Amino acid sequence: MKIAVCVKRTPDTEARIKVGADGISIDPTAVKFVMNPYDEFAVEEALQLKERAGGGEIVVVSLGGDAAKDTIRAALAMGADRGILLQTDTTLADGLPVAKAIAETLEGESCDLVLFGKLAVDDGNGQVGPMVGEILGLATVTAVGQLDIDESHGTAEREIEGGVEVVEFPLPAVLTTEKGLNEPRYPALKGIMAAKKKPIEVKPVTLAPAACEIVQLTLPPQRAGGRIVGDGVDAVPELVRLLREEAKAL
Amino acid sequence: MTRVLAVLEARDGRLRAVSNEIVTAARALADALGGTVEALVCAADEVVDASSVGVYGADTVGVLTHQAFARYSPDGFGEALAARAASSRAVVFAATATGRDLAPRVAARLERSLATEVTEVGVDGSAVTATRPVYAGKAHALVKLTGEPALLSVRPGVFTPREDARPGTLSIEPVTLSAAPRVVVREVKAPPSAQLDVAEASIVVSGGRGLQDPSNFAMLERLAAALGRDAAVGASRAVVDAGWRPHAEQVGQTGKTVSPQLYFAVGISGAVQHLAGMRTAKVIVAINKDRDAPIFKIADYGIVGDLFEIVPRLTEELEKIAAS
Repeated sequence: MKIAVCVKRTPDTEARIKVGADGISIDPTAVKFVMNPYDEFAVEEALQLKERAGGGEIVVVSLGGDAAKDTIRAALAMGADRGILLQTDTTLADGLPVAKAIAETLEGESCDLVLFGKLAVDDGNGQVGPMVGEILGLATVTAVGQLDIDESHGTAEREIEGGVEVVEFPLPAVLTTEKGLNEPRYPALKGIMAAKKKPIEVKPVTLAPAACEIVQLTLPPQRAGGRIVGDGVDAVPELVRLLREEAKAL
Repeated sequence: MTRVLAVLEARDGRLRAVSNEIVTAARALADALGGTVEALVCAADEVVDASSVGVYGADTVGVLTHQAFARYSPDGFGEALAARAASSRAVVFAATATGRDLAPRVAARLERSLATEVTEVGVDGSAVTATRPVYAGKAHALVKLTGEPALLSVRPGVFTPREDARPGTLSIEPVTLSAAPRVVVREVKAPPSAQLDVAEASIVVSGGRGLQDPSNFAMLERLAAALGRDAAVGASRAVVDAGWRPHAEQVGQTGKTVSPQLYFAVGISGAVQHLAGMRTAKVIVAINKDRDAPIFKIADYGIVGDLFEIVPRLTEELEKIAAS
């Protein structure tokens, strides 16, 4: 089984965000970057599928600047076999040109499965995975929380409002992974050492022009919070009164 | 004529409530563009209340029918809607489980760009504009969509349905698909708990590590019950990662973003990633023993103290009110 996993380098979820001097992107200084958390579930799932199948190949694909090599390296340290960096210094708010560039590369790889995280925690777009699926004309299931796969078919579960959809699909397929699908492993020292020797192919790409552009990036207004009603259980009646009479929330 | 499509959602032959929000957003956009709102919904046969969205500004409502549409059909809905969307000016989806899956498929089929999770819509010159949260709500991006149609998915709970009556003229339009759908929803299972989804609740009671033990969440469930039928229990990442609560309940950057009328943060210190998921709540109440916890800085009302005393007392007070 050949599996491609697409990963993105994003700020750590604990990072504080500041708007950069250009007013349309963040100031990356002092921001710690990591592999997009949802992509870790995709990498882990690929590793488990390969282990269960007793063989196969896992190709890690990332689109970004040279620093995205670190993200690919992190996936290789977890156990993936080789990497492809689609190298560009352009960062787009638009998922479509990104999906086109990734789809073009994947077309040459003929994978049984292509995995993405369900969304990236930076732009929050949640669209590149299913767009790649459509462009490649493959069966696509998003936000997969549970997965069973045999040679030619799969069954996935995805959470919907007030229920869980059980979805059947044929292979090859594109899937995006939701938290809860698995527990991503930490790379062992041996894996980290081995990753240094695994190949990363660098392919420069030129993205198609964006038709969705950020014109302004702002921080949300600060909440005027900070009011302590009181200490301990004696403050409860006053809290209830404020919620009813002042906030009119009850 | 400039047409704005509103892609509604139905389940079991009835519209989902979010459909009213979709139409409200589409109406705002259509008014700014000087156009009409054409609502569309995919279904196996009839949707009994389909024309009700006329109240919120739908000029027409088309029910696109196919036998494969009894449940969500990713390929089928995608094909049917892409065919209808090609000649429109804009298409509005909801960023629900279905809309999040469907909108990118339609966008890719049309080779048009998509702004997801939108919280405001507008028009600037000839371009559609949208405000959307990025970095899980730690920042807001104003984006400009060039090209037609402009595709958007609106975040549920943001566009409060606004009455602006139009005819809502109903038509039933059978759809022919080019191929049998490959991806098939075989069944929809009920969730493990019958509770309201945390993202759809108007009151959320969330617990964190301060609860000390998974069994203590029973206390929060009682508090939620005392707050009424529109209340749900949420959880911090720490307790979800510890396996105390299911991921479906997680509020924060790798969980759900919620905007309820009232949010209780109980035993939650207020990590950046948690705040990102609930800072747009209308009223925030924090209960924590640590006076310096960051959650108090954004809470409208805070009580410092032992949650094991405060929560039962609060529940008792609310039950008294409910009984009176």
